[in-house]
Amino acid sequence: MDLNYTEAQHAFRAEIREWLAVNVPRTPLASFDTKEGFAAHREWERTLAKGNWGMVTWPEVYGGRGCDLIEWLIFEEEYYRAGAPLRVNQNGIFLLGPTLMEYGTEEQKARFIPAMASGDEIWAQGWSEPNAGSDMAAIRCRADRDGDEFVINGQKIWSTRAVYADWVFGLFRTDPASERHRGLSKILVPLNAAGITVRPIAQLNGLPGFAEIFFDDVRVPAFNMLGGEGEGWNIAMATAGFERGLMLRSPARFQQAARRLVDLYRDRGNDILDPSIEDAVLRCYMDAEAYALSTYQTASKLTRGGSIGPEASCNKIFWSEMDILIHETAMKLLGARAEIEPETATEITELGSWLDGFMFAQSGPIYAGTNEIQRNIIAERMLGMPRK
Amino acid sequence: MDFTFSDDQLSFRDALHAMLVGEVTTDRIRSRWDTDSGTDEALLQQIQAFGFGSMLVPESLDGLGLDLVDFVLLAEACGRAALPEPVVESAMVVTPLLVDVLDRGLGNGFVQEVLDGLIAGTTSVAVAHPINPCVNFAHRADWLLLEHGDELHLIHRDSTTLKSHKSVDPSRRLASVTFDPSSDTQIANGEAGAKLWRATLNRGALASAAQLLGLTQGIIDQCIQYSTDRHQFGRAIGVNQAVKHLMADVAVQLEYVKPVVYRAAYTAAVSPDRADFAVSHAKIAAARAAMLAARNSIQLHGAMGYTWECDLQIWVKRCWALAREWGDDGFHKNRMHEWLLRPNALLGPEFTFGRRSITDSVDVA
Ligand SMILES: Cc1cc2nc3c(=O)[nH]c(=O)nc-3n(C[C@H](O)[C@H](O)[C@H](O)COP(=O)(O)OP(=O)(O)OC[C@H]3O[C@@H](n4cnc5c(N)ncnc54)[C@H](O)[C@@H]3O)c2cc1C
Repeated sequence: MDLNYTEAQHAFRAEIREWLAVNVPRTPLASFDTKEGFAAHREWERTLAKGNWGMVTWPEVYGGRGCDLIEWLIFEEEYYRAGAPLRVNQNGIFLLGPTLMEYGTEEQKARFIPAMASGDEIWAQGWSEPNAGSDMAAIRCRADRDGDEFVINGQKIWSTRAVYADWVFGLFRTDPASERHRGLSKILVPLNAAGITVRPIAQLNGLPGFAEIFFDDVRVPAFNMLGGEGEGWNIAMATAGFERGLMLRSPARFQQAARRLVDLYRDRGNDILDPSIEDAVLRCYMDAEAYALSTYQTASKLTRGGSIGPEASCNKIFWSEMDILIHETAMKLLGARAEIEPETATEITELGSWLDGFMFAQSGPIYAGTNEIQRNIIAERMLGMPRK
Repeated sequence: MDFTFSDDQLSFRDALHAMLVGEVTTDRIRSRWDTDSGTDEALLQQIQAFGFGSMLVPESLDGLGLDLVDFVLLAEACGRAALPEPVVESAMVVTPLLVDVLDRGLGNGFVQEVLDGLIAGTTSVAVAHPINPCVNFAHRADWLLLEHGDELHLIHRDSTTLKSHKSVDPSRRLASVTFDPSSDTQIANGEAGAKLWRATLNRGALASAAQLLGLTQGIIDQCIQYSTDRHQFGRAIGVNQAVKHLMADVAVQLEYVKPVVYRAAYTAAVSPDRADFAVSHAKIAAARAAMLAARNSIQLHGAMGYTWECDLQIWVKRCWALAREWGDDGFHKNRMHEWLLRPNALLGPEFTFGRRSITDSVDVA
């Protein structure tokens, strides 16, 4: 155990810090769930890519820097410290990217990764269907093989960023006779293909953060299948593992939020406080630290050749509940003003983005596998409690 | 940056765990409850054979020269076994305190002799820190380290007065200690004394936190077994989600306490003057997880969990006791809170491991 950064790691931190200081937009971008905001965030992805900062863990040939996970964590720390924009292509770079690296052919990698890295192709995910939520194995959306193509029919729902995204990846039933986990394949579909209809769904904040996608005889080349036919479930589990396990929510995000919460608490003036707030602020700060330490531990383990096990399910519960506590505590600190949607410059300075964050935090225990499902997984696969 | 334990550290822990599983059975723990000493002398010899006496003594003083990071996993293993004997405290708190005294060129003629006895396993020493109202196993200590203001005194037990108190945990043997401080018994005072007491508190809290980690794991182990064995409605109770989630909640907390305790051990080892916040965090988090484990495990066992007969009480009651010794939530949360609100506190994602390293993680007050 050595909890010191190497000189090279310090130098890496200094380099990204300097680059961000010059390049991070001075005024926050509009939400990526608006048309202009989406475009601005895509531009930001292009800027990152030009500096080779798009996805530092990728090999250099794909626009990365071949960094290890510790350097990735340092990158994230600096990224959140600098208040840089959220990653509009997170489905691509954090989730599909690693899966492509593992399961993609060289041709597929060459086709998809550079465009993902450059921000030219922004990705949505398509797992859920109206009748396949927690029970993802109930997927019905079909992709029938027709020569060198698949013909897709059916519906996906809750697809994040799909309103403005360019591509969607997801699970489709390629064997019509199959049931449950078998006969599913992972296929990549351009959202401008003929036969696709995207219907935006407004989220709790009123913006179309996700969408329904209807497929009506949509033809895609068989080249777009990732991994073998019928292997979709296993590949999806690998993606989900990554999502829950490490990359989707880097600790820096919560450390930054916890830090802002401490500032809010310090600046509370003479407000009379709910006595539980002091404890909650402390808890938020400690939990964000704990999450960071745990991630460093996992990253060190992986760097030394270990693997992520079922304990990754703990991860998702921990960060999503922490995120709720952080934002609930901020709401309490803001008191009756918390309900105000900030519009004027003064309101924005005073109230920040806590309300929006609070609303979004409500979804954390739902997406990427609900926390109830995670608890089942922990009990059965990590602890070995009886299934039947 | 490498936040993993070495293979040696892990296999040492595994070896100790295996020995404790075999030797520290619940029957043998219960039979200690009926004895005056409350200890199993044969077992103490076996622990001594693992090098507990000399592990945290530097090589210059004829010890093994290991540090708190090496030891923290062993403390955890002792907790998991609900080991009654205070060997973790002896190795992790008492011994380093005597080493610190010698390091600073303090002490009287006895200190070296007492430390030699500890290393050899022939002497036993207990420490009475003012944060704890009682001393565990004071009655079987040959020597006591006692506080008088900032002064540190080393006194033979025969020269003190012990008053026994019954603990909720029948494995613990509490006593409050009174004594007459004199210049003969004093081994440190003033600023040096205060510093020694402060470091002692941190090592004590760390020792509790590490054992609480192990106790929590021990409780999970038993609950998994019980939820598989016990049947209702024609099936194992553990198939019910409400039962599963009782333990999943504990597992989630435990997963996130471990790195916090390990970071505290590391910080206390490399930068003891700046370890307060890391140790307080560890103690708060470990106690919280253990208290939840205690609560949920009783629920999971139904009425059986509410009996004297059920072995679960061995772990549960230890959690109740250790959660509060060496500083309870009130103490540690206030210490964290003060630290958090300092104008120069290093908060935010870039400071996980200090400004440039953990040794400058906190500005010294
Ligand atoms: C903000 C957001 C973004 C999302 N983005 C995407 C995306 O990009 N792509 C995508 O495919 N999906 C996405 N989703 C969908 C998400 O994956 C699903 O919402 C999730 O899997 C749960 O499915 P459901 O909504 O149908 O809830 P249901 O499965 O209907 O569950 C409803 C409730 O019942 C509980 N429940 C169900 N089954 C069990 C069980 N066996 N045991 C215990 N409790 C159970 C659930 O925990 C939940 O509380 C997103 C969701 C949100 C909120």
